[in-house]
Amino acid sequence: MQPSAVTSRRNLLKACLAAPWQALPAEGKSKVVIARDAQLRGTGGSIDSSRLLRILDRAVQSLHNCDSPEDAWRRVVRPGEVIGLKVNCLAGRGASTSVPLVEAICERLQQAGVSPKNIVIWDRLNRDLESAGFRVSSRADRIRYLGNDAAGYENDLAVYGEAGSLVSTTLTRVCDGVINLPVLKDHGIVGVTMALKNMFGAIHNPNKYHTNAGDPYVADVNMFAEIRQKVRLTICDAITAQYEGGPSYMPQWAWPYNGLLVARDPVALDHTGWQILERKRAEKGMKPLRELQREPRYIATAADAVHRLGTNDPKRIELAEV
Amino acid sequence: MDRRVFLQSLAIPCLAARAAESDARFTVEARFYEKLPYKKIKCKLCPRECVIDDRERGYCGVRENRGGAYYSLVHSRVCAAHVDPVEKKPLFHFLPGTMAFSVATAGCNVNCKMCQNWDISQVRPEQVSSTFLPPKTLAGLARQNQCPSIAYTYSEPIVFYEYVLDSAEAGRAEGVKSVVISGGYIQEQPLQELCRRVDAIKIDLKAFSEKFYKEVVNGELKPVLNSLLTLRKQGVWNEIVYLVIPTLNDSDAEFRSLAGWVKSELGPDVPLHFSRFHPEYLLKNLPPTPLATLERAKAICDAEGLHYVYLGNVPGHPAENTWCPKCRRVVVERAGFTVRALHLDGGKCQFCHQTIPGIWGKASRV
Repeated sequence: MQPSAVTSRRNLLKACLAAPWQALPAEGKSKVVIARDAQLRGTGGSIDSSRLLRILDRAVQSLHNCDSPEDAWRRVVRPGEVIGLKVNCLAGRGASTSVPLVEAICERLQQAGVSPKNIVIWDRLNRDLESAGFRVSSRADRIRYLGNDAAGYENDLAVYGEAGSLVSTTLTRVCDGVINLPVLKDHGIVGVTMALKNMFGAIHNPNKYHTNAGDPYVADVNMFAEIRQKVRLTICDAITAQYEGGPSYMPQWAWPYNGLLVARDPVALDHTGWQILERKRAEKGMKPLRELQREPRYIATAADAVHRLGTNDPKRIELAEV
Repeated sequence: MDRRVFLQSLAIPCLAARAAESDARFTVEARFYEKLPYKKIKCKLCPRECVIDDRERGYCGVRENRGGAYYSLVHSRVCAAHVDPVEKKPLFHFLPGTMAFSVATAGCNVNCKMCQNWDISQVRPEQVSSTFLPPKTLAGLARQNQCPSIAYTYSEPIVFYEYVLDSAEAGRAEGVKSVVISGGYIQEQPLQELCRRVDAIKIDLKAFSEKFYKEVVNGELKPVLNSLLTLRKQGVWNEIVYLVIPTLNDSDAEFRSLAGWVKSELGPDVPLHFSRFHPEYLLKNLPPTPLATLERAKAICDAEGLHYVYLGNVPGHPAENTWCPKCRRVVVERAGFTVRALHLDGGKCQFCHQTIPGIWGKASRV
């Protein structure tokens, strides 16, 4: 069924009202910043936190054209808000959002006026958070770490196009805004998993939406007003990227990209990240995803005239490497 | 109180305890899967054949790859249990007038947009309240409640396959039969094994077009038809339900194709139930099925030569009754789920002695 054939009046109205934060300028470009540091890892391969903080600052400042990280983060959050960090932890250590990156973001959020108790690090399961190295805690006076399995889901379905799901209450009731923290990696069914796909961790039934390489489901889920209205920024963890064998961690196909991809437009970010993975695959003599029937077509669907979640047109993507 | 809340409130009170996700009591290794390199597995239970990474689950949401081995997470993990008339399944030629102890776990291997029980079928086991109900206990409960059968129903028994097999075996030891209410989206080998353990299988045939299966069910028609052929070969009692949805699967041509296929491939004696649709889940934009549409479907199938065509969700309609195909008299008279009169002797029409196919017994609710 074509998305246009199932766009109801309700969905159309929701789409019109949604996304005050991530809407693209009508004629402008979507900026994607890639910040890298070849020396990001110290001896033994561990991440150098101070260098990581510096590339984070460079990226966020570049995205917002600000001279200081505080100014840049104040474009993203306001004091008193509850900010969720949607990490991606399914793969455990190695191919999940890294703990030092989350710590760096938490540091900057606090400097921008968000108190620790108003920062919530969340994903599908407490088990996944713990396996990625986060210590689950719901103490009200500290940064909270919360799986959807503990927090629960809304009782009423969010519906758009081909997708109908219950959305995590962490997203709907706890957070005022969300920063999306996916990982740059391959996905064995839907091609790649980054900003758009990471939102499957906000719904109760992601297993239903991997057929047809996730198209149009990934785009449809991101059209839920509950998601569009809350996600403000994507910081894709590309410190270690993976070009094959995902979403599980497969060290033989992982490589130290030593960088971050940052954008407000999730489609532009996903398109950019996808091309990075394709280049790496080509370099390694591997087939492009299209030939493996897992080209991430959902990225184009997310950019189409029905969804308008962002742009996948390279001419409309301003790529800044800092 | 809406229907959903009402159904939830009917659940056995002991189901209230939320089962911990990691509870080993519910976890058994899956019967049908293939190990792949890099700790991946391929599920061989249903035609979808999900290839699943370590720590991931299949489409059904209730089977998980753990370190390269595949596990069902819903063995004995019952999220709904009720004592229902067997006519509610519906099974009209199987111990009419008796009750079936009916159970479900979370999960389903399709995602029908009209699902009435999506709040258990389209969720993961840890997202609903469940209780531990092992096979022997289940069989014992069925006996205690004067139920000659256990029905695996409400969600999709294929996804709790191992529990069905074990419970059917436990039931047989207690003299309790087993009936499966399924969409029939299953591979042949597990279906053959299922047929050896259970006594009747009702198949929800969602439509007679691949287009409908792709767009509304997120499945495929062909494997379901293959399942019906397998049931025929295996000789397990089978009835078919077809939910008639306005504009989506209600054309004369589709009814005619369906009737022709059933008659030629399964024979004229397979009961075929046309059931009335009510707006639900993701199909709330369509009206309930007009009675005239159901009657048109029945008329087409009658004309094609099917002997037992019923209408469902229309209480009091004459097409709820079983009519002898030879003498045209009512041999099982029903009103809704109630059997009002049985005119059968040893499975034969009391009036003309025509054999009426089915599994018959002493009715408990006439």
